Amino acid sequence: MGAAAAGTVLVLSVVAVLAVVYPLLGDYMYRVYTGTRHSAAERVVYRLAGVRPDAEQPWAVYARALLAFSAVSVLVVYGLQRLQDRLVLGLGRPPVPAHVAWNTAVSFVTNTNWQAYPGEVAMGHLVQMAALAVQNFVSAAVGMAVAVALVRGFARRQADTIGNFWVDLVRGTFRVLLPIAFVAALVLVAGGVVQNLAGPHGVTTLTGGTQAITGGPVASQEAIKELGTNGGGFYNANSAHPFENPSGWTNWLQIVLLLAIPVALPRTFGRLVGQVRQGHAILAVMVVIALVSVLATNVFELSGAATVPQAAGAAMEGKEVRFGVPGSATFAAVTTLTSTGATDSAHDSFTPLGGMMTMLNMMLGEVAPGGAGSGLYGMLVLAVITVFVAGLMVGRTPEYLGKRIGAREIKLASLYFLVTPALVLAGTAAAMGNRAGLAAMLNGGPHGLSEVLYAFTSAAANNGSAFAGISGGSPWWCVALGLCMAFGRFLPIVFILALAGSLARQAPVPASAGTLPTHRAQFVGMVAGVTVILVALTFLPALALAPLAEGLS
Amino acid sequence: MPGPAGRGGSGLLDPRQLVRSLPDAVRKLNPAALWRNPVMFVVEIGAFLTTGLAIATPSAFSWAITVWLWLTVVFATLAEAVAEGRGKAQAATLRASRRDTTARRLREPREPGTWDPGTWDSGTWDSGAWDVVGAQDLRQGDLVVVEAGEVIPGDGDVVEGIASVDESAITGESAPVIRESGGDRSAVTGGTKVLSDRIIVRITGKPGESFVDRMIALVEGADRQKTPNEIALNILLAALTVIFLVATVTMQPLAIYSKAQNPGMPDTAALGADGVSGVVLVSLLVCLIPTTIGALLSAIGIAGMDRLVQRNVLAMSGRAVEAAGDVGTLLLDKTGTITLGNRQASQFVPAEGVPELDLAEAAQLASLADETPEGRSIVVHAKQAYDLRERRPGELAHAEWIAFTAQTRMSGVNVDGRQVRKGAATSVMKWVRDNGGHPTGHVGHLVDGISASGGTPLVVGEVRGGTARVLGVIHLKDVVKQGMRERFDEMRRMGIRTIMITGDNPMTAGAIAREAGVDDFLAEATPEDKLALIRKEQEGGRLVAMTGDGTNDAPALAQADVGVAMNTGTSAAKEAGNMVDLDSNPTKLIEIVEIGKQLLITRGALTTFSIANDIAKYFAIIPAVFAAVYPGLDTLNVMRLHSPQSAILSAVVFNALVIVALIPLALRGVRYRPSSASKLLSRNLYVYGLGGVVTPFVGIKLIDLLVRFLPGMS
Repeated sequence: MGAAAAGTVLVLSVVAVLAVVYPLLGDYMYRVYTGTRHSAAERVVYRLAGVRPDAEQPWAVYARALLAFSAVSVLVVYGLQRLQDRLVLGLGRPPVPAHVAWNTAVSFVTNTNWQAYPGEVAMGHLVQMAALAVQNFVSAAVGMAVAVALVRGFARRQADTIGNFWVDLVRGTFRVLLPIAFVAALVLVAGGVVQNLAGPHGVTTLTGGTQAITGGPVASQEAIKELGTNGGGFYNANSAHPFENPSGWTNWLQIVLLLAIPVALPRTFGRLVGQVRQGHAILAVMVVIALVSVLATNVFELSGAATVPQAAGAAMEGKEVRFGVPGSATFAAVTTLTSTGATDSAHDSFTPLGGMMTMLNMMLGEVAPGGAGSGLYGMLVLAVITVFVAGLMVGRTPEYLGKRIGAREIKLASLYFLVTPALVLAGTAAAMGNRAGLAAMLNGGPHGLSEVLYAFTSAAANNGSAFAGISGGSPWWCVALGLCMAFGRFLPIVFILALAGSLARQAPVPASAGTLPTHRAQFVGMVAGVTVILVALTFLPALALAPLAEGLS
Repeated sequence: MPGPAGRGGSGLLDPRQLVRSLPDAVRKLNPAALWRNPVMFVVEIGAFLTTGLAIATPSAFSWAITVWLWLTVVFATLAEAVAEGRGKAQAATLRASRRDTTARRLREPREPGTWDPGTWDSGTWDSGAWDVVGAQDLRQGDLVVVEAGEVIPGDGDVVEGIASVDESAITGESAPVIRESGGDRSAVTGGTKVLSDRIIVRITGKPGESFVDRMIALVEGADRQKTPNEIALNILLAALTVIFLVATVTMQPLAIYSKAQNPGMPDTAALGADGVSGVVLVSLLVCLIPTTIGALLSAIGIAGMDRLVQRNVLAMSGRAVEAAGDVGTLLLDKTGTITLGNRQASQFVPAEGVPELDLAEAAQLASLADETPEGRSIVVHAKQAYDLRERRPGELAHAEWIAFTAQTRMSGVNVDGRQVRKGAATSVMKWVRDNGGHPTGHVGHLVDGISASGGTPLVVGEVRGGTARVLGVIHLKDVVKQGMRERFDEMRRMGIRTIMITGDNPMTAGAIAREAGVDDFLAEATPEDKLALIRKEQEGGRLVAMTGDGTNDAPALAQADVGVAMNTGTSAAKEAGNMVDLDSNPTKLIEIVEIGKQLLITRGALTTFSIANDIAKYFAIIPAVFAAVYPGLDTLNVMRLHSPQSAILSAVVFNALVIVALIPLALRGVRYRPSSASKLLSRNLYVYGLGGVVTPFVGIKLIDLLVRFLPGMS
């Protein structure tokens, strides 16, 4: 089977499985977030946390709860890293340096999973399990909660509240992420992924040298790493490591896992607003952008427009032989289209234009289909902006799902989509104009600039994958990227929750023939157009000096 | 109802108008005034910057850019000035009508505002019962007397007398109108002229807040406030401006790095060791931010109000105009809006054994003395359908004419021993019985049948040779105005529900509603019913528009989102509504809705166009700046522009010229045909979205073919 055919089979089989996941998981999540009963385990958690699960929260209270929870999470993750030498299961490893610990804490709480540390040698098992793995669950649940809160804003009429953060958080974790991750972990173990609590295992290699092979709770972390669109690997090599991702088909499973929740959420959205076709439309926008991106990345990688790939017959530098070009290119596209950031190949070694696609995916705001929750709310903001312009063009005050898009809604939506470009561009510019920033660059020329641009894009968009080529462990970079991750996560979330509150208060306008239909191909095309023109083009000057300059030379 | 041409309004731009507006345009360059428009404010700052740079390091290129940046700002202020200029001319005429008016203020009664009609004795005329005061000194409640030839000094209600008034100063309609005390035609407007008779007016307007004052302020746009959608759009445009500002400013460190990484590449006018030149950065920024819509936004709003004024509708706020575009339910009065003012004879139904022609002849004869519109319509119908010549009352000698009165509810004639009567069924039947006749049951069936179909039956009877009998029944019916059904179909396609309001009984109302094709009707409507209906529709989330003229319409007019008061109506109605139709034509509500929609569509279309333009500008400027350091980027120069300088200048020139090119569109509004949202969007997406992507590629290329010959372009 040729590479192109293999890629086609891979993509089509993923699409086919997701077509089944979309209604099943989407409907299931709808029931999870609308249910009125609490399980015994949930009640225990609510009692321990002192939360009244049936009390609804206005948006500001919801946001405060979310921010408080995240702040405490950062402190806990930071503390566990700093104190790991004194706690159990530390494997005798020293405390993580302060700036790395801060960076890592923010990174995992923001669902970014940028790793400024080499996983298997820096972190003990306790940190991996109690800090990082826990955050893999709850940070994803936070994103899903925000998405559901926004959808409630659309669905409710003249309501002051948008749900209860604690309930959404607990349910997302207990009812969605834990069960699926559990099953997925078992399947991964069956596929050859390691799962133990052992310390490093010393072996003598064939050439006579010695090597420490680290095992650990890999499969359990791997499952949630993909499912929660986290991306933080147990090993530094991430999904390229044979213990994390041993074969072509575990690679396939990981791609499916990291797409599952973001793809199913539009269905949940459609159910919550009572119009399933609206969910189809949102999914369609995601699919259109994603397919174009996956196709382009594959084409750039397979055509291998560079000297070495031409000589070698394929752009195999930085790719695992067991995945091949399509398995690597597709994984790379999907991991950046979602906010996962897991990698099974070195994006840095991609052809310049293939590498640019991974950047572009993140620059789009990770909306196709985006992170768990963040993809849906990002896409809904783009839909709101589109509806505003398109709605004016049909001669009415724009409305989406019956809610008027007025000054307040546009203000919040605009602020939302200002955040990522501002952070990426300002961060990159700061790095380029700063000795500490420049000092960490291992490469020069447009490729060096690509690496910096990629780092800030990945941090601001909460992706977490890296182009490498930067000594990201330096204090300047740890702090700068940490700030990018924190602002890139929580500013948009606050704007989204405010938007949800503002929408929930409105009484919906009934649809009529004069209402802009938001479920047709016309609208799908428009949202995709707005995404490309308004969001992607903003980055064109920066891209022109980095991957484009490299790719077009 | 104006045709499609009327809908567009006169949007052609007169070059003289441009020149006339130039001083105003220059005055608007004042940054203190311009900052309200964030997009153009940024352009002006950029123009200041490049001016400084051009002075510091002069070159043909930087001066050319500077000039065109200033032109961009001037074109924007010019668009606004032109839009305002149209209103200013109208305001000048209105001012002329107001100046130097004096009033004769009555001394009696001492208690202001009280007046008992009739208490004022015409004998007191001579004793000089009034003071002559300036119109500006009148207060609410003052009573003034106005006679033929005098100008009414202020807004008010006629409390005594009747007069014909020339209101052409405000309505433009030269035919005089009748204003009389009591009822719904009592309101008079300051600045209008009494042509005959004498009236006493109680002033209701406060000085400086009269109708004409408000009208002047409106047409001049003096206290124009941004409408909700305009505010939202401005926020979006400001956000886009910020994004592009970030994108351009952060480009500088990247450019410096890239330049330093390629030491072998030569410096250009656009890019040197210290980065992209300031002039080029500003050019890129100005090209990317949405200047087209930013420049035209306020002109679109002013022109929208102006289009209403041209149709003789005064909107008290821009908010109301916008709300008109969102209207989901239209309440339309049956009489005058859906049907012609009066019922008309449509059929003569003879009684058993009576030839139809005889009935028609008798009906016509009996109606000759009936001057009511219904009576006239019978005469006309007999003439048209039966070719019966209309006879003048004087033609028949010895005829005794019996005129229609509200008491007898009959009219008729006694001639040559024959008596003919026509009138209300009960009255005429009683008259026949009184004269010894016996109306048959068949006649009763006819009468009931006509009532059931929503019509009004009038019975014709005669007494000839001592025998009284019923000749037959005249079917009077409401005549639905031509083209109304099509209009309502259009409304339905636009997603607007039409509800007919009538005082008729439900059966009659239902019949007319079906014939006219409205979606629903409210029969036997009281003012309370109307108010309740509006509230109900609003609770469902729909915006409601209605027209009204009477004082009892005032609560409903105030409750409706768009309340159009008729100028003939009472002051209370005019106060309650948020629009006044000077022509007092209730059908105009439909046009108002269309103008509201057109206003929003124009904004949306130009925003789309503006944003779509950016693609081509990136492709012009990015390779122009960076191909010098990375020659591969010249691949992006898809337009094959001559040189970096000519490419950048072309983009800036296109950006400026497109504003001027679109001024007429902004003033006229984009073409609007009532249709479904989906079709409208498709059309506008093709024209302004796709057009917005393609046009600048062509435009910039064409401009580049010219500017390449300028000095400093290579």
